[in-house]
Amino acid sequence: MRRQVPLALCFVFGVVMVLIEFSPHPYSKSLYNEVINWSLIIGPFALVLGVATLVQTHWIRIRRRAEYWQYSFVVLIGMIVMVAIGIPFGPSHKAFKWLFMNIQVPMDATMFSLLAFFIASASYRAFRARTLEATLLLVAALIVMIGNAPIGDFIWNKIMPFDNLPSTVRQWILENPNLSSRRGVILGVSLGVISQSIRIILGIERSYLGGGD
Amino acid sequence: MLKKIMRIDRRIIFILVALAVIIPTLLKVSFPITVSEPTRKLYDYIEDLPSGSTVLIAFDYGPSSMAELQPMGMAFLRHCFQKKIQVIGMTLVTDGATLGYEIMQEAAKTTDAIDGEDYVYLGFRPGTIQVMLGMGTTINSIFESDYKEKPLAEIPMMAGIKNYDQIDLVLDLASSSTTEAWIAYINTRYNQKIAAGVTGVIISQMYPYLQTEQLIGLMPGLLGAAEYETLIDTPAKATKRMSVQSFVHLLVFGLVILGNVAFFIQKRENENV
Repeated sequence: MRRQVPLALCFVFGVVMVLIEFSPHPYSKSLYNEVINWSLIIGPFALVLGVATLVQTHWIRIRRRAEYWQYSFVVLIGMIVMVAIGIPFGPSHKAFKWLFMNIQVPMDATMFSLLAFFIASASYRAFRARTLEATLLLVAALIVMIGNAPIGDFIWNKIMPFDNLPSTVRQWILENPNLSSRRGVILGVSLGVISQSIRIILGIERSYLGGGD
Repeated sequence: MLKKIMRIDRRIIFILVALAVIIPTLLKVSFPITVSEPTRKLYDYIEDLPSGSTVLIAFDYGPSSMAELQPMGMAFLRHCFQKKIQVIGMTLVTDGATLGYEIMQEAAKTTDAIDGEDYVYLGFRPGTIQVMLGMGTTINSIFESDYKEKPLAEIPMMAGIKNYDQIDLVLDLASSSTTEAWIAYINTRYNQKIAAGVTGVIISQMYPYLQTEQLIGLMPGLLGAAEYETLIDTPAKATKRMSVQSFVHLLVFGLVILGNVAFFIQKRENENV
């Protein structure tokens, strides 16, 4: 029963939702709205599960004094403080906004900004024209990079007669080779998603149930 | 010498990157911005909308991407408010709630837009696709009240707005795959016009949708924000940052060329030995 019931529900809802797409009947529309409402209600359960797992994982690390357990302590304190202010006073409260804008925003922005340093260092070390494919990639990347910065056009326009060539070539690369390859990827992924969805609806693919089946 | 160049200490590269940011920032250097076609299309679309039209902006990003996306939001909001186009703000990302609110407040201040009459900020609801689809039935079935918990029924601007039928454009400011979800679920199902402003790393993914006109316009990364600032003739943060970023691009360009020249000379020397 533990496997048959979810499989049956998946089949029924999968088939019904596909059929609804082809029916303009008011009953089918109201059923569609009802299902959307249900899924909105189910969604927050994931949040409860996520919070419970986070607390459990970090609490165990603190209790066992695992390596870097102090960071787990910071995680829990951070979460408790934000929840203690956010739930009673709402996210537009001054204190909540202050904590978000002065702690989370600078920390997140700092982490992301560090990427610039690592990308510069990594591109210097690893971006080599070792093969034909690597050379094509390298040349395209350099053109897009310099075409994407106003200084590219600025320098070019000073020394050459054709205006804005770097940004024009960048745009051509994005609109032609990039677009064609991306479309191929999108079509491939979409076909994969359709076939996987059919397998799940028909109960052939059951790994989402867990248990390694 | 070659070996030294090939094995340059990464801390030297870090210092060079830092200098490439700090020096142009202090010198306040700026370069002319060339406007690309996808940004111009978005600008033209807004220009052609009559005043009183409604656009929805989804602030689907967090603090890590705000340096690129916040200036886009600001430029776009300024343009809408100047043209007396009503704006509904919302987010599908938890971290975007405060950022969206802040940027709408800031843009409203500079253009004298009034909360509840010229714009409404709805905030965040969990459920991504369900939220998008639910708003297609009625917006107030998903957002009963705005960010400040004022019921939508009491907000004058929302009186005639029920669902996507009354919205002329959805602009998704995104740092992840939300734009593709807006296209797949809302453009396809409701024939809703969609535009996007995305971070640099996902620009290339958007081009197939531009060609099929599933996206009517696109602001590509910080450059897109600078282009939009140029179009509305209000150079601001993005224009400044883009000029600074230019030097870092130029530095990385130079480093890659230098690395490859050294690599080829060394390769030739090894072959001759």
